[in-house]
Amino acid sequence: MPDLGAFLAMGGYAGYVWSAYAITALILGLLVVASLRARRSMRSSLDEAEQASPRRRAR
Amino acid sequence: MAKALHRLANPARFLRIASPLLPWIAAGAAVCGGLGLWFGLVGSPPDYQQGDAARIMYVHVPAAWNALAGYAGLAVASAIALVWRHPLALVAARCIAPIGACFTVIAIATGSIWGHPMWGTWWVWDARLTSVVVLLFLYLGYIALLHAFDEQETGERAATVLALIGAVNLPVIKFSVDWWNTLHQPASILRFGGPSIDPAMLLPLMLMAGGFTLLFAYLVIIRMQTELARRRVMALRRAALAVSQPGDA
Amino acid sequence: MTRKRQRLIGLLSAGVVLGVAATLVFQALDDTLVFFYSPTQAAERQFRPGEAIRLGGLVKAESVQHSDDSLKVWFVVTDGANEVTVTFDGILPDLFRDEQGVVAEGSFLPDGTFAATEVLARHDENYMPKEVADALREQGMFVGEDGEKSY
Repeated sequence: MPDLGAFLAMGGYAGYVWSAYAITALILGLLVVASLRARRSMRSSLDEAEQASPRRRAR
Repeated sequence: MAKALHRLANPARFLRIASPLLPWIAAGAAVCGGLGLWFGLVGSPPDYQQGDAARIMYVHVPAAWNALAGYAGLAVASAIALVWRHPLALVAARCIAPIGACFTVIAIATGSIWGHPMWGTWWVWDARLTSVVVLLFLYLGYIALLHAFDEQETGERAATVLALIGAVNLPVIKFSVDWWNTLHQPASILRFGGPSIDPAMLLPLMLMAGGFTLLFAYLVIIRMQTELARRRVMALRRAALAVSQPGDA
Repeated sequence: MTRKRQRLIGLLSAGVVLGVAATLVFQALDDTLVFFYSPTQAAERQFRPGEAIRLGGLVKAESVQHSDDSLKVWFVVTDGANEVTVTFDGILPDLFRDEQGVVAEGSFLPDGTFAATEVLARHDENYMPKEVADALREQGMFVGEDGEKSY
């Protein structure tokens, strides 16, 4: 196993390497969460709209 | 009415094909990303010149590639929408734009973080960096135009034209490092004479690139499902309104 | 069917026109799009002393001299054909070293040397572990230092 302290230190570039990975993870994570949430809320709106629809059996 | 049904047919087929693929794409993205992180941060050697700072490459380059590929997808979808009026193409284009913009932001942010220790500056306005900022504004301009008009179709048409004009920027970004002296270094992978990167470092780069690309595809499908659901909600509400106010139609 | 073809032809011809226009614009802007001049390009252009430009090239091997009592540093920037002596008083980036790419911002002095106000390092497109670089260097086939290397 490599030494954890040396791994975290990234050869003196810890601040740069870890912040680059953190920003990437943050943006991608927020994008995934926002996309999944939007889909969930839109699907429940769709269920509502389909139930309210005059055509009883949509599709 | 027949035309409306026809318009529904293709999105329905898309959902039938794409939805079952989603878990596989997600799993692929997770596996590639996980292995890529391991090889990128632990299982690969530091660069002979840049030391461990070169590991920023494993997020910077895949993000930049996907930002470019995303715009290429946006432009192709816009061309299909313009020429063949395929309803799914506009949906795809609309869903690609915000994802592409996010990948562009990642590429710019990580590049800047990489530039500070290596180049000695966070930012310069050389041809490569400037053309990538233009890419970000093209994405943002596309999104803004979509929502700039009351009539959805007017916004879509204006945004489609912008997307196609902006495609000029793609070769400029790719070849800026060859055409003009830039601070940014030339391409390491997609170049004549093969990659100039050691296999031990190429492996995490390719794993991360695969992971980022699958994540991009995953997000596009999720957002297209959302957008298609939204269009259906709008259609149903319009139909309900037409029933309650028959004189209006 | 004909409408579709019309739109397709319209799109393609607009693309051709746009491509030609963009090419012309970028050709015209060529000079402003260049981030730095190599010593050869700088010599051709005969920049006036005091004119702010960026000079780029490789740091000539063993040309770097540090002042004993300040941050002042002298080095030679070369593109293989021509070279310029650069003076700089400040902190150099991590990648600044012999035979590595460098971009100096500043202006020429009347004596032909270049006074830099800022020095940026430029790295090349080669990535490899240190052991590989050492082995290549030993065999005298190091890819980064000769051939059609850009400066």
